[in-house]
Amino acid sequence: MGDEKKVDVAANAAAFLEQDEVHEPMHDKNLWAARMHRDAAARAVPEWEELRKIASQIKEHTLTHLPDYLREFENNALKRGAKVYWARDAAEHNQHVWDILQEKNIRAVIKSKSMLQEECGMTAFLEKRGITVTESDLGERIQQLDDQPPSHIVMPAIHKTPEDVAQLFARSIGTDPGNTDPHYLTEAMRNDARKRFLEAGAGMTGANFAIAETGSFVVCTNEGNADIGAAVPPVHIASIGIEKLLPKVSDLGIFIRMLSRSALGTLATQYTSHFSGPRRGGELHIILTDNGRSRRLGMPDFWTSLKCIRCGACMNTCPVYRRSGGLAYGATYSGPIGIILDPTFDESRYSELPYHSSLCGSCTEVCPVKIDISDQILKWRKVMAAKKYLPVSRRLAFGAAGRIFEHPQLFRSAESMASGALRFTPHFLLYNKVLNPWGRHRELPHFAGQTFREWYLQYRAKNNDHGEQHT
Amino acid sequence: MENNTRNHVLAAVESQLPLNRIAYPAIPAFPKTVTDLLTAFEQRVADAGGEIFRPADAVAAQALLASQFPGASVICSVTPEIKGNRDIHAVQNPHELADVDVAVIRARFGVAENGMVWLTQEDLEVNALGFLSQHLVILLSPQSIVCDMYDAYLRVHLEDTAYGCFMMGPSATADIGAVLVHGAQGARSLSVYLL
Ligand code: SF4
Repeated sequence: MGDEKKVDVAANAAAFLEQDEVHEPMHDKNLWAARMHRDAAARAVPEWEELRKIASQIKEHTLTHLPDYLREFENNALKRGAKVYWARDAAEHNQHVWDILQEKNIRAVIKSKSMLQEECGMTAFLEKRGITVTESDLGERIQQLDDQPPSHIVMPAIHKTPEDVAQLFARSIGTDPGNTDPHYLTEAMRNDARKRFLEAGAGMTGANFAIAETGSFVVCTNEGNADIGAAVPPVHIASIGIEKLLPKVSDLGIFIRMLSRSALGTLATQYTSHFSGPRRGGELHIILTDNGRSRRLGMPDFWTSLKCIRCGACMNTCPVYRRSGGLAYGATYSGPIGIILDPTFDESRYSELPYHSSLCGSCTEVCPVKIDISDQILKWRKVMAAKKYLPVSRRLAFGAAGRIFEHPQLFRSAESMASGALRFTPHFLLYNKVLNPWGRHRELPHFAGQTFREWYLQYRAKNNDHGEQHT
Repeated sequence: MENNTRNHVLAAVESQLPLNRIAYPAIPAFPKTVTDLLTAFEQRVADAGGEIFRPADAVAAQALLASQFPGASVICSVTPEIKGNRDIHAVQNPHELADVDVAVIRARFGVAENGMVWLTQEDLEVNALGFLSQHLVILLSPQSIVCDMYDAYLRVHLEDTAYGCFMMGPSATADIGAVLVHGAQGARSLSVYLL
C-alpha cells in the first residue's frame, strides 16, 4: 500500500493551529478534560498500577504465544458455528468481505467503528464495487459524510465544532444549519441511521478483544450501534486483528476495567458486548487479519506496540497531538500511538512523524498496557536518521535537537536544569523557524524561558489538574 | 487457498515470535472496595444515565410502567411479571421489533462497581429487542448484584450463549462538541426495576 508522498505533519499541524481561534483551543480543552477524567477514574482504583502491570504481562504473554492462542480461538469459534477466514493483508481482508457480500447478494452494509477496517481501506474498496457502506458510530458517520478519516481512535470527530457538524448535516441530511444543539443533531442522525440499519444486509464490526478460551470476541461501544448492526441484519462480519487475542474470559475483568477509564474516564462503555458464535437466526463471519502485525512482532524495538488496546489515552494527554489535531498525522493512527504504528506500514511516508513529539513521556505514563511509547518514538527517530529518510535541510533542522533526543536521560536532566542553551522549549528544538508551526503561534512567547516540563506543570495547574499524574 | 492463507499467517507469526516467551502473570485477589452492593449499584446506574425504581410487587411494577410510559403503544415484555402487547415468541424477523416503544427484560445480575446489567440472548429472546426498542425496562432482583468486574466475569458463561451484553445505562454519545447526549442509536432511556 506504499504511498511515496511523505506526510508533512508539521505543515498540517500549522494549518490546524492557524485556521482560526476556535478549533485548536476547543480541541485542546476537550481532550484535556478527557485526560483529567481519566486521572480521576484511575485514582479511584487502588490497584490501578498493578492492573497496568498485569495487563501488560497478559498481553506480552499472549503475543509471545500467539500461534497457540490463534488456533485455540479459531477452534472454539468454529465449534460455536462461526465461519473463520484468515487474511494476510488488507487486500485479502477486503476480498473476503466482498466474497461474503457477493455470495449473499448484499448491496448495503452498516458498520460500527473498526480501526482495522479503516487500516484496510475497506469502505472505499466496497464502495467502488457498488456497496453502500454506512458508518453507524456518530463520530465516524460525521467523518464519513465529510470525506475524512477519523482524527481520534475513540472520538473520531473531536476536531470539529458543533457549528461544523451543523453545516455538514444541513448539507447531507437536511437539518437546520443554524441549529448547533448536539441533542438536535444527534437525534437527526439517529433517525437517518434507523432506516439504514433496517435496509442493511450485513452488519460489520471490529473487536476490542478476542478470547481464545471460548472463541468469543468483545465489542465496546457507547451508542449500542455495533449491537444493532449485529442483531438486525442477518449477517454479521467481524474483522479482528490477530493481536486482539486474550487467553481467558477472566482476563476481561482486568481489561474492561481499564479500557474506558483510560479512554474517557468513564467506568466502562455503555455496552460491552460478547459474541460467541452466530446469534439465533443469523450468520457470523470472522476475518482474522495480519496486515503487518506478524512483521511488527518480529521487530525487537517495536513489537510491544502490539499490546495497544486503542484507548486513546496517549492522544488525549499528548501536548503536541492536542494542538495539531489528528488529521495532521495523515495516517490511520494519529497521536503517540500513531507515531509508533504508522511507520511499520510505510517508513518513508511517515518518516517525519517521530519528530512530531516533545518526548515529554506523558503518553508512556498513561498507557494502560505500559507501552514505552516515548522510548519507541525516540527509536523511530534513530531509524529515520540512519536510513536518511529526511532530506538534508530537514536533517539539519532537526539536527540541533537530534543529539539531545537521542539520549533521553540527558534530555530529561538537561530539561530540568532550566539554564543555559537548553532553556528552549522542545517545540523550538523540534522545528527551525521555517518549519516550525509553533514558532509562528502565540504560544511560543509564552514558552520562552521555561522548560517544557515547567510549562507543562503550569499548564496543568491552570487547568485544574490535581498535581502529579496518577501513575 | 483458504487453508493456505491460514497456514501462511500462522507460520508468519511463528517465525517472528520474540525469543523471550513471557509467562502468564499471577493474578492476586484484589481487595473489595464496594461494601454495600445495592447502594453502590443504584448510584452507578444513575451516574450512567439510568433510573432506579423499587416497585413493591409485579402489580405495582405494571402500574409503574403504565405511568412511566403513558404514550407507549407497543410494549414487548420477555418477563412473566409484566404484560405487554407484542408477543416476542411470535417474532420471526428482528425487523418486526422496529416499532417497539418499551421492552421489558429481566437481567441475570447487576454489577455494583459500575451499574451494569448482564443480558444474554436467552434473556432477550431476540437480540434486536435490546437495541431497536426506544426505551428499556430492566427487571433485576436486588439480591443479584455482584461486587465488581472480576466477580462479574465469574458469573458469565460465554460458552453457553451466543450473545451477552453488559449494559450500563442507555445509549450515549459525546461525539458532537464533547456534549453528552443519550439515545444515540440504542435505547433512549434505561430504567431498572428492583424486583
Ligand atoms: S498506546 Fe496505550 S495509551 Fe495509546 S491507545 Fe494504545 S493502549 Fe491506549
